[in-house]
Amino acid sequence: MSTATAVSEIDEVKSTSWSGGRSPFNVEYGKVMMWFFLLGDAFTFSSLLISYGSLRFSASVWPAADKVFQSVPGLVDSGAPLVFVGIMTFILILSSVTMVLAVEAGHRNSKKEVIGWMIATVIGGLMFLGCQALEWSHLHHEGFWWGSTPALEELGKFFNEGGTEAARHMTAQEFANLFFTITGFHGFHVFTGVLINIIITVNVLLGTYEKRGSYLMIEKVGLYWHFVDLVWVFVFTFFYLV
Amino acid sequence: MSTESHEVHHEGGEHESMSKGRIIKVALILSAITAVEFIIALLLVPHGYLDIKYANPVYIVLTLFKAFYIVAYFMHLKFEKLGLALSIIVPILFIIGLILVLTNESHHWIDLRR
Repeated sequence: MSTATAVSEIDEVKSTSWSGGRSPFNVEYGKVMMWFFLLGDAFTFSSLLISYGSLRFSASVWPAADKVFQSVPGLVDSGAPLVFVGIMTFILILSSVTMVLAVEAGHRNSKKEVIGWMIATVIGGLMFLGCQALEWSHLHHEGFWWGSTPALEELGKFFNEGGTEAARHMTAQEFANLFFTITGFHGFHVFTGVLINIIITVNVLLGTYEKRGSYLMIEKVGLYWHFVDLVWVFVFTFFYLV
Repeated sequence: MSTESHEVHHEGGEHESMSKGRIIKVALILSAITAVEFIIALLLVPHGYLDIKYANPVYIVLTLFKAFYIVAYFMHLKFEKLGLALSIIVPILFIIGLILVLTNESHHWIDLRR
């Protein structure tokens, strides 16, 4: 008899987190999975950026960032190096800040504040996407695109000095392909982040998390949104500064 | 964070959170680092105060600082259990490995391209 009860105690299914009776990381399952997804995403972005780096290292010349990115769309066409991307960077940092503020408001279960900060975050994301669209269309009008560069005789203004015409043509093409692929992949993340933020904002408005008793979901989308900001920090450094 | 405070908050699942003051502080640090990067890129390098050779490592160090502040404070990793933090940070070694391998390889590609 006594052995039978001991066995049934061992066999008892534990219904709590991770079925081990407690969560080893002291974090909810969905949040751990978001972290691991972001780790995978970090690998993808790293592969892209490292490919960019190694192609650039192996080239004798490379387009100079402060000569390629000179325009502020709608204001000036040239002579304002890095100003526009500076605006974009600050927009993304600020929208990351409003996201943490939404998380902070969620900890206090303040529905009104969560809604306000989430809307601010969505607006920040949309502004960033708008800026990126302008940046892309500007470069496209100059002749850069996947598989195409400005005409050979116009290429000179994008380089500092040195390098044969053939080398310039080849690296300008590599630059264009990598730039549109990497900022495009990042922009796609911003786009999906904005979509997810909108869905979560609607859920907050509907009172889903109020009923659930916790705004943990805000933290999970927050992780994704900060990751998007984190990637931009690296894209910004390696495409615009270095 | 001491491990002690983790134990205290065990029940709630979520622990030590970012206060508004701390959020503003981290935001200011991130903006300041970005501003410094712009000063280097727009003033110091073009006017010849700093050679691009030395500016690039500075950019990378500043970027890593920004990455630390975003991951540690905005993404809250500093306040999570050590196990979770390690399971995210240790795999980054693979990325460092790929950087070392491909930058080394790219120096040979220069010769191949000639």
